[in-house]
Amino acid sequence: MLNAVIAITLLGSLFGLGLGWAARKFRVESDPVVDQIDALLPQTQCGQCNFPGCRPYAEAIARGEAEINQCPPGGEAGIKALADLLGVEAKPLNPDNGEEKGKTVAVIDEPACIGCTLCIQACPVDAIVGAAKLMHTVIESECTGCELCLPPCPVDCIDLVEPKRNLADWQWPRPVVQYSKNLSAGESP
Amino acid sequence: MNPPLSHEQLERARNAGSQLHHFHGGLRLRHNKKISCELPLEATPLPPRLFVPMLQHSGLSAEPTVKPGQHVFKGDQIGYYGVKEEMAVHAPTSGTVRLLTRRPISHPSGEDGLCVVIEPDGLDQWTQLDPIETWHHADPARLRQRIREAGIVGLGGAVFPTAIKVDDAHERGIHTLILNGSECEPYISCDEMLMREQPDSIVLGARILQRAIGASRTIIAIEDQMGAVDQSLKAAVMKSGADDIDIVKVTTIYPEGGEKQLIQVLTGVEVPSGGRPADLGLLCQNVATATAVAKAVVEGKPLIERIVTVTGSGIRQPRNLVARIGTPIEILVDQCGGYTEDAARLVLGGPMMGYALSSDSNPVIKAANCILVLSELEIEPPQPEMPCIRCGECARVCPALLLPQALNWQIRSQQWDEVLEYGLKDCIECGCCDFVCHSHIQLVDWFRYGKAELRSQQAERGKAEAARARFEAREARLAREKQERRQRLEQKKQDLRDQADMKKKLAESIERVQSRKDGGK
Repeated sequence: MLNAVIAITLLGSLFGLGLGWAARKFRVESDPVVDQIDALLPQTQCGQCNFPGCRPYAEAIARGEAEINQCPPGGEAGIKALADLLGVEAKPLNPDNGEEKGKTVAVIDEPACIGCTLCIQACPVDAIVGAAKLMHTVIESECTGCELCLPPCPVDCIDLVEPKRNLADWQWPRPVVQYSKNLSAGESP
Repeated sequence: MNPPLSHEQLERARNAGSQLHHFHGGLRLRHNKKISCELPLEATPLPPRLFVPMLQHSGLSAEPTVKPGQHVFKGDQIGYYGVKEEMAVHAPTSGTVRLLTRRPISHPSGEDGLCVVIEPDGLDQWTQLDPIETWHHADPARLRQRIREAGIVGLGGAVFPTAIKVDDAHERGIHTLILNGSECEPYISCDEMLMREQPDSIVLGARILQRAIGASRTIIAIEDQMGAVDQSLKAAVMKSGADDIDIVKVTTIYPEGGEKQLIQVLTGVEVPSGGRPADLGLLCQNVATATAVAKAVVEGKPLIERIVTVTGSGIRQPRNLVARIGTPIEILVDQCGGYTEDAARLVLGGPMMGYALSSDSNPVIKAANCILVLSELEIEPPQPEMPCIRCGECARVCPALLLPQALNWQIRSQQWDEVLEYGLKDCIECGCCDFVCHSHIQLVDWFRYGKAELRSQQAERGKAEAARARFEAREARLAREKQERRQRLEQKKQDLRDQADMKKKLAESIERVQSRKDGGK
């Protein structure tokens, strides 16, 4: 009887120690679901979802405090990916958050820039270079087109334009299919 | 990920060429090569203007390094991209740079690109050349560097920078160099003519490449239908005294000239999906690339010209020409007697993989292996697409063992995960499935679009990752700055407190002394 009690107690405390050690050793710093959601967001950090950046939005989705249709830059494709990940129904983009637009980048009208550094402070990805009272410019390759630099500019010298098309980036377009007239309209294999 | 290659597979790769195998599918097509092989090679005359495009292959466009009005010698570098000199472009003749302008550049998009326009001075004077005559003893690294500087790209049509391939091959260790002379696409005969007329230069190029990458043997693969080529190459090998170069005849089935298909024929082993021939210890190069290497090393001349097949029933006198890069295509057509009355379409490349050009003022580019002019009769009017009847013909002919009909549906319905799983990336765009499709579905167009879409998705993910990294770096910096500011403030407060303390203490001690003095009185 006593032996059994001692043995079970010993085993119990051993397992307890083991579990405690494992909990410390294999501790997961952040919530993996948040990471997975964050990986699907476009990382423009634009705040159109009403959260201060992509990660906070991802955290809010994970907590169930935000819908998956609040990210205009991610668009329909982004919503679909989130729906697939979370196993929920995809829904159309919430128009309150904005609408899906083509990719744009910010361009500073350099002669008009007064060097106030306000846009530099607003840019979430450090894509604007310049110094006080000196001209600023946008690093095109790093700009995410989040529009956060537009409101602070006191002289309204920042524009959003379509990125320059480079022939080296040219891709084959989606084929235009001419269906046989014998088929009912819109039928596709 | 693919399972690692077995010892047996690697052994078979080592014995490449000793026994011939088959690849899946493929087509036996009408050859149509004889018409352009009747006349010997001939150089094209100097045109009044040369238009050298800065974008010669997929990837980045070169930046011009010359200014209008500047005089250049033949072989001077006129453009390069960043520090990667495998992207270098050289002047095809001596003359004056007239203009840097945007014009058609023989690109599949049909769009304009930056060209350096050179007006030849007629002297065709070479720049200072630096031949490596003692290549037998030269440092392999120097040979590879030369390939880089000479702007050599794969001349079989894919125009992948040879320097990158060669460097990679050297790093990974290669035992066999395969020279691909099996140009399987109908009509194209530039490699065949090259092997007939300049076999010595191919053998020389093979030996130099072999030294540059440290391979122990070379296989030159040719088609069984190329009559005299076999003899001329064998004679050239004998003359060179090399005993490690074999010539292997492979059966003509389209697309056995594809790198992966040829390797499968020679070894019986498939290059793993997403892998490279280097995984099997092999390096594949086109025969024309080997001659370009020979020229670059032994004569010091960069790649400024190539052999172009001008053929098709829309050409009066089809033949192969040696044309400078940048020569307008009309000059080549004129040299071949011009167009016939029923010429209807101008194609760059072959009938299976080529693309139509809008005008013959487009220049010859490094990728231009063939200029094909088809007559009215040969062009099928575009057929309206019918539904897929699942006959499976496309899967039967696919040399990459894919399921084109399944991929077609998946791409159309944007199921990108499935598309990846079904191996779209292994598609070589050979056009076999398109060719046999009874329902006239433009399968290759869909596959190209699908590949482009996958690429841009990947690029977007990369960009998002970069944006995240920058955002996080910025957040960290801001937090650090805030912390530093707080610390400074604390420090200042402390200093002030210390100062006040000090003053107080000073005042106290002064008072003490004072009071003592006063007391002492």
